[in-house]
Amino acid sequence: MTTENAVEGFDEVVKEFLVESYESLDQLDGDLLALEDTPEDLDRLASIFRTVHTIKGTSGFLAFPKLERVAHVGESLLVPLRDGDFGLTRNMADNLLHMVDAIREILRHIESDGVEGDQDYEDLVARLESLRSGEPTTEVQTDSDSPEEDTPGHRPAVDAEPVIESNESQIAEPESPNKPALKIESTAKPALSRQKSSEPEPAAESVDRPQSVADSTVRIDVDLLDKLMNLVGELVLSRNQIIQFSETIEDPAMIAASQRLNLITTELQEGVMKTRMQPIRNAWSKLPRVVRDLSASCGKDVEVQMEGADTELDKTILEALKDPLTHIVRNSVDHGIESAETRQSNGKPAKGVLCLRAFHEGGHVNIEIADDGGGIDSERVREKAIEKNLITEEQADRMSERELINLILLPGFSTAAKVTNVSGRGVGMDVVKTNIERIGGTIDIQSEAGQGTTLRIKIPLTLAIVPALIVKTDGDQYAIPQVSLLELVRLDSERARSQIEFIHETPVYRLRGNLLPLVYLDEQLELKQKRHPEDQPESVNIVVLQAEDQPFGLVVDTITDTQEIVVKPLGCHLKNVATYAGTTIMGDGTVALILDVFGLANKCSVLSEHRSRALTHDANESIEQNSNRQEMLIVDPGDQSRAAIQLTSVARLEEFDSTQVERSGNSDVVQYRGKIMPLIYLNGYSPASQCEGSTRLNTVVFASDENRVGVVVGKILDIVSEQLDSANGNLPSRCVVQDRVTEIVDLPQIVRASFPELMASSIA
Amino acid sequence: MSETNRNRESYCTFRLGNLNLGVEVNDVQEVIRYQPTTRVPLTSAVVHGLMNLRGQIVTALDLRSRLGLPASQSEKPLMNVVVRSPDGPISLLVDEIGDVVEVDQERFEPPPETLQGAQRGFIRGAMKLDNDLLLLLDTASVLQVDAA
Repeated sequence: MTTENAVEGFDEVVKEFLVESYESLDQLDGDLLALEDTPEDLDRLASIFRTVHTIKGTSGFLAFPKLERVAHVGESLLVPLRDGDFGLTRNMADNLLHMVDAIREILRHIESDGVEGDQDYEDLVARLESLRSGEPTTEVQTDSDSPEEDTPGHRPAVDAEPVIESNESQIAEPESPNKPALKIESTAKPALSRQKSSEPEPAAESVDRPQSVADSTVRIDVDLLDKLMNLVGELVLSRNQIIQFSETIEDPAMIAASQRLNLITTELQEGVMKTRMQPIRNAWSKLPRVVRDLSASCGKDVEVQMEGADTELDKTILEALKDPLTHIVRNSVDHGIESAETRQSNGKPAKGVLCLRAFHEGGHVNIEIADDGGGIDSERVREKAIEKNLITEEQADRMSERELINLILLPGFSTAAKVTNVSGRGVGMDVVKTNIERIGGTIDIQSEAGQGTTLRIKIPLTLAIVPALIVKTDGDQYAIPQVSLLELVRLDSERARSQIEFIHETPVYRLRGNLLPLVYLDEQLELKQKRHPEDQPESVNIVVLQAEDQPFGLVVDTITDTQEIVVKPLGCHLKNVATYAGTTIMGDGTVALILDVFGLANKCSVLSEHRSRALTHDANESIEQNSNRQEMLIVDPGDQSRAAIQLTSVARLEEFDSTQVERSGNSDVVQYRGKIMPLIYLNGYSPASQCEGSTRLNTVVFASDENRVGVVVGKILDIVSEQLDSANGNLPSRCVVQDRVTEIVDLPQIVRASFPELMASSIA
Repeated sequence: MSETNRNRESYCTFRLGNLNLGVEVNDVQEVIRYQPTTRVPLTSAVVHGLMNLRGQIVTALDLRSRLGLPASQSEKPLMNVVVRSPDGPISLLVDEIGDVVEVDQERFEPPPETLQGAQRGFIRGAMKLDNDLLLLLDTASVLQVDAA
């Protein structure tokens, strides 16, 4: 970022601050006056306090020391008032109103010359301070009498002259501090403030004043924008109807008018959509301050860099991003970036860099938060995750470094050994993840030990419009967000009859060898009775969905279309139904429900429980009956057939990435546990050599003494206990397992055939 | 004139079977003819469906079912009385729309103790009209429908 850009960005921030502050000042005037009538209104006091606090905070950040000081003493006076330590007196209200005037004056200076002006407001500061400390000043005394005498009826009686006088004296007062006349005049001041607030722009002041920044922008309630957006949506529908209609009437005038309507509607739609878009800078602008304060309190030196701050996002998403972003940035500074000494001893520059980057990519916005700190120690994450029972050791062994690092997003995870006042306050990374997922985003962490950590957030451009699959069931349309969609499968009635199998009463479909539980949408919505295995199914449309890590097939009547739909929230009567994520209006004006895939999966989880119970039940029963059984690992060698391997000859199951496979001599090898492990392919072909991209290689590790051989299979399917008729101690070559013909693989035999020298000693 | 108007309140009236019901006119956003609705499975029977009211999605409640009345036998299409609520507009489906009547508050009487059943919680009281009773609907409690 060049200096020029930085200045420009700064101007932008100041401008925004001015607009915001002018508004809050007008509000403050009103609030203070109302507070005088109802001094016990704590909500209002709290709101005044917040406003002043915000102005103070921002002015500190933007380095306006005078402004900060004035706001600070005002805030200090408001604290005991808010806490109810003492009540608001007229005098206090006067001085608070003066503070508002002073702030307004400084803001005008900033707006016109970019500096705070040369007045120091020491007198006002002193008065506010003495009020806070409760020092009885002459003012307090005179004024504490006045509420009784100075009834509201009296106030308008103050004639115009003192008002103007006091106006002058107020501007003049800092130049001649301790002017005795000031105190005498103080009774006239409420009138001044009152008059000012009722006429925010007195004529005398508005003359010759260049147009204020506040005039060039208008703040609009987001609700109003939403309403406009709805209306535009309706207009689009009406337009479509009119265009259709105009085509039937061949009247050139009508066609011309409808075409014009068409153009205008499109433009209007785009315009309204644009009003909701805001640059991500708005969410980022507070972060440098956060980093600055935090790094100072941690004794670190951190520089914030921003790239792509102009990237625009829907307002709602931006709002939802603010908290997660702040949390991530805090985490990065607190845990990621090391102290200056550590950094230097590791050969890095003492100053840490936190880089925020945003860019568009294929209908999504990517946001990266990268630090050049110490990175995440995957070993520690692993230990912690196992210790907290988030994963088992076996699972951990199978995880890649990246998967391990992403474990920190799980609920209940915190590696922070010590809870600092920054992190470990109960808002974990899981909350960040939930918040981001709530707005349809994903989060991914990459970390390199010693080099730093990069968090990547991918979010849709707008929440309001998402691509969805429209399906029909029992005559009604439903929308399924496309993020959870994996694929679509259609079975004609013949294939449906033969390929939908049942485990007890639960239908499953074999999708490329994996059992996919089937869920009938009409049954889930309680529109139809549960189907029986005996029922003859007609053709079946399966929408394969992914809910968390569990794929399942949703059976619907028809699959209509994919569409960009406008998401509308559910009414309060339907919020509790987890099956729906929202509603939308279809092209023909009818309302359709948007299905919540997670909610739906949860609803039918009963089925999966039932299924696993049924399986174990069977297994237990049969073990009792017969002990002449073998545990077999059922795999798919890679050609959709089934093969069984005796579990006793299997040391481990591993997953390798095809990119890890290297060539050595005539065989493929991988590095495994510090050794070189040769691979053989059960199906005889090598997927690694066939496809360029990275694929997962499911590998059965065969071990004999210290030697290991990896047998690559297409898929691991199941482990079963099966009775085998062993003739003469030899295994049969095939048998029937789970009603399927299964080839039995003699693993030691295969390995011996492939690597005679390797296994010679142990097997012979 | 202001003297006589002080205690008068306007009610939007409608019929549900033989009940003559009313809600404060200020609570009513609009009255529209029956609109096609989308049914919402898995919810209470009281939720009749969702309708598209100029781009806003409005839940239509079956007032008959809410008050424990049997479904209407009439061929006539139902009417929507769209009432304002803190959670946005909600439509009540009624048999027939009546007039907006202005009634003196002195004609009000709380519901008789003998009024029982589902209706009791939803009727605030009765206005004694000249030749009829106008039952005042307690919109807040009518709108409180459990989702399941």
